[in-house]
Amino acid sequence: MATTSPIWLPGETPVDMTTALGKAEIPSPVLTASGCSAFGRELEPFVDLTAIGAVVTKSVQLRPRSGRPTPRMAETPSGMLNSIGLQGPGIDGLLADELPWLAERGVRAFVSIAGTRARDFAELATRLRGAPGVLGLEVNISCPNVESRGEVFACDPVAASDVVSAVREAADPAQPVYAKLSPDVTDIVRVARSVVDAGADGLSMINTLLGLVIDPDTMRPVLGGVTGGLSGPAIRPVALRCVWQVHAALPQVPILGMGGIRRGLDALQFVLAGASAVSVGTAVFSDPSAVARVHDELAGALAARGFATLCDAVGYAHR
Amino acid sequence: MRGRSGHFGPSPSGQSGHNGRLLTEPAPVAARPPVQRVVEVVAARPVGAYVELTLAAPDVAERAEPGQFVAFAVGGPTSAMLLRRSIAIAGAANGAVTVVVAPHGPGSTWLAGLRPGDAVDVVGPLGRPFPLPAPGTPALLVGGGYGAAALVGLAARLRERGSRVVPVVGAASADRLCSVDDLGVLAGIVWITTDDGSEGRQGLVTVAVEEQLPDAGVVYACGPMPMLRAVADLATAAGVPSYVAVEEAMACGIGVCMTCVLPVVGSDGRTRFARSCTEGPVFGGDRVRFADVGRLRPDVVGADAMGVVAP
Ligand SMILES: Cc1cc2nc3c(=O)[nH]c(=O)nc-3n(C[C@H](O)[C@H](O)[C@H](O)COP(=O)(O)OP(=O)(O)OC[C@H]3O[C@@H](n4cnc5c(N)ncnc54)[C@H](O)[C@@H]3O)c2cc1C
Ligand SMILES: Cc1cc2nc3c(=O)[nH]c(=O)nc-3n(C[C@H](O)[C@H](O)[C@H](O)COP(=O)(O)O)c2cc1C
Ligand code: FES
Repeated sequence: MATTSPIWLPGETPVDMTTALGKAEIPSPVLTASGCSAFGRELEPFVDLTAIGAVVTKSVQLRPRSGRPTPRMAETPSGMLNSIGLQGPGIDGLLADELPWLAERGVRAFVSIAGTRARDFAELATRLRGAPGVLGLEVNISCPNVESRGEVFACDPVAASDVVSAVREAADPAQPVYAKLSPDVTDIVRVARSVVDAGADGLSMINTLLGLVIDPDTMRPVLGGVTGGLSGPAIRPVALRCVWQVHAALPQVPILGMGGIRRGLDALQFVLAGASAVSVGTAVFSDPSAVARVHDELAGALAARGFATLCDAVGYAHR
Repeated sequence: MRGRSGHFGPSPSGQSGHNGRLLTEPAPVAARPPVQRVVEVVAARPVGAYVELTLAAPDVAERAEPGQFVAFAVGGPTSAMLLRRSIAIAGAANGAVTVVVAPHGPGSTWLAGLRPGDAVDVVGPLGRPFPLPAPGTPALLVGGGYGAAALVGLAARLRERGSRVVPVVGAASADRLCSVDDLGVLAGIVWITTDDGSEGRQGLVTVAVEEQLPDAGVVYACGPMPMLRAVADLATAAGVPSYVAVEEAMACGIGVCMTCVLPVVGSDGRTRFARSCTEGPVFGGDRVRFADVGRLRPDVVGADAMGVVAP
C-alpha cells in the first residue's frame, strides 16, 4: 500500500490498474459503454483509445438497422432517456469497416451483440470467432428499446440462459462472454445465477431503466418510441445496488459495472461494491475525454486510500 | 449562372424530389478534428433578443470553418444538466470564437448569462462546414433568427473567392434579427423580412428568396427547420444547389449517441438516418427528406430490420 510520493500526479500513479475481463487481461479497468461511444472512432481526438480498457461497441445485430424515428432523446435531471432502437450497420458492416479500424490501431474491442432469437446471437458469436482485435463479447440481452414482440430476454432467467449458453457454445473459446443484465427485474441475483450457470464468464450491469417523459405542452410522450432507457448519474444508486447484490451472492463472478459513472469516485464505489472493471456511458456525452479522466481519477483515489492494486479494492466494501 | 453547379457534382436536372438527379454532393468532413478546452468569456453583449459571447479559444478558432458549431457544458461543475448545448460558430478570428445565444430553456439561458471572466467548457469545432462553390459563383445566403450569425463567416469566405453574396435575413420580429450589420459590410445590401413587419418587409424570407433565386448559383441557409425546408424546396425547384445547416436535438454533438439523426439521401442515392452532428449539420438541401423527419419510411436503410416494410 505504499505511495512513494504524497501527491498523486496523473499518469504517475503507483497503483497497478491491470485487471481482466474473464481471462482477457486489460491494462485499465475503465471501458466505454455499449451505445455510448459508437465504434470508438469519434473519440480518437479526445482519448488514447489504446490506453483504455476496451471500446465496448454499439450492440450489433445480424442486419443493418435504421433505429427508431426521432425524437430519440429527452434530458432528465442528472440523466437522459434514449430510444435509439439499436441503429447500426449490422455484423457485415462491423466486420468490414469498424473492427479493422480498431484492430489496425491496436484498440481492444469488446463487441456487444444483440438479437431477437437465441440463434441470432449464436450466429453473431460465430461470425466474430477469431476476428482481429476482438477481446470478447458482451451479450445485450437487456436492451429495453428494441421492438421484439415483447421479448426482453434479461427479464426471464430461462430465456436469458438460453441465449447465453448458445453464445458460449458458438463463441471463440478465447473470447470471454459477458451477459449484460437489466435492472428492470424483481430479482437480479436470480437472472445473474442462471446466466452464469449457462456459461457466462462475467456480468455487465446495468443496462438502462425503462422510463417515460411527457411534454406538458403537447401532452404527449416526448420520445418517438414512447418509452426510453434512463441512464446517467440519476441511476447510479440503482446500478450500485445491483452490483452489490450480485457480488454478494456470486463473489467469484467478474462484474463490469456501469450506470451513471462520471468521476473517479463514482467508479471507486462500483469497484468497492464488487466490479473488477467499469464502463463509462452517458458521461461521455458531457465529457468526451471521460473514459481516460475516470481512469486517472480512479487511480488517484485508490492511491489516496493506500491500495497498491486495483484488484485489492474489488469488493472491499463487503469485507 | 443559374443552373451552374460549380464543383458540386452532378449537373442539375431541374427536378425536385429524390427520384431525379440530385444537385448537391454530401458536404465533406472538416479538415481538422475538434478539441476540448476550458475557455474564458472575454465579452458578452446583448444583441436584440440574443446575447453575443466572445470566447478566448485560439485552438477552436484556428480550426473553425463556416458552418461548424461548438458544444458547451452548461450549468457549472455540479450541474444536473448532463448534455452539452450546441451553438453555431458566428465568428472565429484572432484567437477568439463568437457565438450568438438565444435564451430558450435552462441550458441556453445559463449560457446567455455568462459574463466576461467566466470560464466555460467547450468542444469544437464540430460538424461539417459549408462546401464552397467554384470561385465566383454568385451565392444567396438565407438566415432565420440567430441562424444568420452562422452565415457571416461564410459570406466573408465567399467574398474572398470572388462570389457576389446576396444575404436574406428574416425573423419573427426586429429584435430577433441577427448579424444584419456584419452581413451588410460584406455584401453591401441585406434583404430583410420580419413576420410582424417591425423591420424590413413583412412576411417570410421565402418572399425575398424567390426574387433573388434567379441570380443565384448556389444557396446557403441556416435557421429553423420549416424555413430550411421552404428554402431548399424553392432552390431545388429552380435547379439551384442548396446547402442547409440543420438544427436537431443533440445529446453528444460528436457522433457517438445516434440521437440527432435525419433521413438524408446519401451519395449512393439511398436514404439513411444520418447524424446531424457529424454527417451534418450541413447537408445538401435536396438530400434532406424534410417531410419524413420524425418518421421511419420503409426505404430508409435498415427499416426492414425494424419491422417497417413497404406495403
Ligand atoms: C447545430 C446546432 C446549432 C445551433 N446553434 C444555435 C445558435 O447559434 N444559437 C442558439 O441560441 N441556439 C442554437 N442551437 C439550439 C440550441 O442548441 C438549443 O436552443 C439549446 O440546446 C436548448 O437548450 P436549453 O437547455 O436552453 O433548452 P431545453 O429545451 O431545456 O433543452 C433540453 C434538451 O434538448 C436539447 N435541445 C432542445 N432544443 C434544441 C434545439 N433546438 N437544438 C438542439 N438541441 C436542442 C438540448 O440540447 C437539451 O439536451 C443550435 C442547435 C444545433 C443542433
Ligand atoms: C444513447 C444510449 C445508447 C445505448 N445503447 C446501448 C446498446 O446499444 N447496447 C447496450 O447494451 N446498452 C446500450 N446503452 C446502455 C449503456 O451501455 C449503459 O448500460 C447505461 O447507459 C448505463 O450507463 P451510463 O449511466 O454510464 O450511461 C445505451 C445507453 C445510451 C444512453
Ligand atoms: S448528437 Fe450524438 S450522434 Fe449526433
